[in-house]
Amino acid sequence: MEEFFKIVLAQFNNWAFIVLLMIGMYAMIAKNNLMKKVIGMSIFQSAIILFYVSVSMKKGATIPIVDHGHGHGAVAHAIDAAAYANPLPHVLMLTAIVVGVATLGVALAIIQKVYRVYGTIEEDEILEKIAE
Amino acid sequence: MIQSQLPILIIAIPLFMALAISIFGRKNDTLCFYLLVLGMAGTFAAALGALNQVLATGEKIHYYLGGWPAPHGIELVIDHLSSMVLCMVSGVALLVGLYSKRTVPAEVPFRTEQERVPQRVPNYYTLYCLLISGLLAMTATGDAFNLYVSLEIAALASYGLLALGRGRSYFATFKYLIMGTIGASFYLLGVGYLYAKTGSLNMADLHGILDLLSMHQSTSITIAFAMIMVGIWVKMAFFPLHGWLPNAYTLASNTSSCLIAPLMTKVSVYMMVRLMFSVFSANYVFVTLGWQNLVVPMAAVAIVFGSISALGQKNLKRMLTYIVIAEVGYMVGGAWLGNANGYIGAVYHILADGMMTLCVFMALGAVTYKTGDSSLESMRGIFRKMPITATVFVVGAFAMIGIPPTCGFFSKWYLVTGAYEAGQWFFLGALLFSSLINAIIFFRIIETGFFPDFSKEKKSGHHDVKVLVAEAPLSMLLPMVITAFSLLLIGLYSKDIINGLIRPSIPPGLF
Repeated sequence: MEEFFKIVLAQFNNWAFIVLLMIGMYAMIAKNNLMKKVIGMSIFQSAIILFYVSVSMKKGATIPIVDHGHGHGAVAHAIDAAAYANPLPHVLMLTAIVVGVATLGVALAIIQKVYRVYGTIEEDEILEKIAE
Repeated sequence: MIQSQLPILIIAIPLFMALAISIFGRKNDTLCFYLLVLGMAGTFAAALGALNQVLATGEKIHYYLGGWPAPHGIELVIDHLSSMVLCMVSGVALLVGLYSKRTVPAEVPFRTEQERVPQRVPNYYTLYCLLISGLLAMTATGDAFNLYVSLEIAALASYGLLALGRGRSYFATFKYLIMGTIGASFYLLGVGYLYAKTGSLNMADLHGILDLLSMHQSTSITIAFAMIMVGIWVKMAFFPLHGWLPNAYTLASNTSSCLIAPLMTKVSVYMMVRLMFSVFSANYVFVTLGWQNLVVPMAAVAIVFGSISALGQKNLKRMLTYIVIAEVGYMVGGAWLGNANGYIGAVYHILADGMMTLCVFMALGAVTYKTGDSSLESMRGIFRKMPITATVFVVGAFAMIGIPPTCGFFSKWYLVTGAYEAGQWFFLGALLFSSLINAIIFFRIIETGFFPDFSKEKKSGHHDVKVLVAEAPLSMLLPMVITAFSLLLIGLYSKDIINGLIRPSIPPGLF
């Protein structure tokens, strides 16, 4: 048991993201309610966002804003890359968040239309109505 | 001046046309149509210009967005392979654009069920332009993350287009949306692993770093590759991940399926080929991993499954969607054969299958437009009623079966040769089996089409009832005839296309 915790804690971020990913995927595939599927989809996408952000994390590094960049002399201008977190994954994830929001919007609009046609958003009831 | 800006124009013209349609087209549906055709014609011209430039210089075109050089900036790369796919996508977009003049107003949903007033078409055409813009960006980009964004732009627009049918399309589209998001997210995860391992997103740069650091044994890279492949397979409806496709494409409006069925799966196949050989390498995929013995038989199963399911369908449109699934199997199998002939067959089939899928979908759409039905019975007596549409359908059907000189024959020839060289007997058998089934399916339809409706003639008591020729409108006939001719031309000039465009793009390591 102690060994197991050691393994989990050593790569805590990866485990957290995998658990979230699986929760989201389970909801998308197994849940009957279309709304719950969409919630699962959001969890799934958020898990990937967390994965990217955690990849860019560095021990002892700070936010990527160059401090004292305009100081005096050549020494102050030298930037130690290791002291800053990698900003690129964050920027990528801003785009991914936008994509996620757009997908969510389209999904909600389609659910609304489904509700207008079938009067329900439970998958099994919709399938029954289609079979009729 | 304009020559150097061609790569971005290809993507920007449809994007700005989407904006123009949603601003200026609000009041006037006809104006929307002309703006769309103008935009698609412009894009097609730009794509042809890029193709011409690639052929003239024989080199890749690199375009750096905003002037930021690769690998830090986003890069567009147009080489032999992508210029061919760009021309195919923009050409299909132009043809469907022409075709849509009558069909879109007849197919967009009603504003309310009681009044039966159709919604205005600008919304439809805006999504149309965005879809094309996304697909072209997917084809032209040289950046792995940019590919994800373009993929999602195309996917979001296609959800909208597929849902804009009348009736049951919403639920099918919802399922597609869920599956499509899973696919795209898997791709994004794969890119994440690649980025974490290499620190780059540019495809050429990734390729170099993977080679340089010889990371080919790394588990992370294997996981990245597997995730990217699974993601793309979901997107292209590769068996067994195809579940969403038949319903989504069948229940959508005819214009939407004419546009999306030829393009979405084909561009996904292109994306797979690009990632397999431009980011990873033939050596990595076929030697280090050696998964072809798993994937090619799976492709064979996809072909057999698609063909048999198609045989069992009563609705012709649903039947065609199962054929699309079988054709995806052709291309995935061809790309994974791991030899030059398989690669040529797969890439040539991207072009050929795009055009022939378009051809049969358009012909069926025209029949549905006139008869209001897409069952086998709707084809009865079609050769008398709609002779041109019927001829177009026959050409498309011949290409699907693979009868020379249509293009379908040549792609099958290369695929069969490749399968023979690679010793993939299952795949070879599946290809021949599928041709046979396609022959049964299409000859059944053609036979029905030749014979008039006897039961009606008996009832009316006349033996020589005058059959009225009720051909589809010219706006539909013209693109259909062009498509049918293009099938013959692509077939007749197959040697030039293969030697001029496809052979130069064969990745190193394939023989």
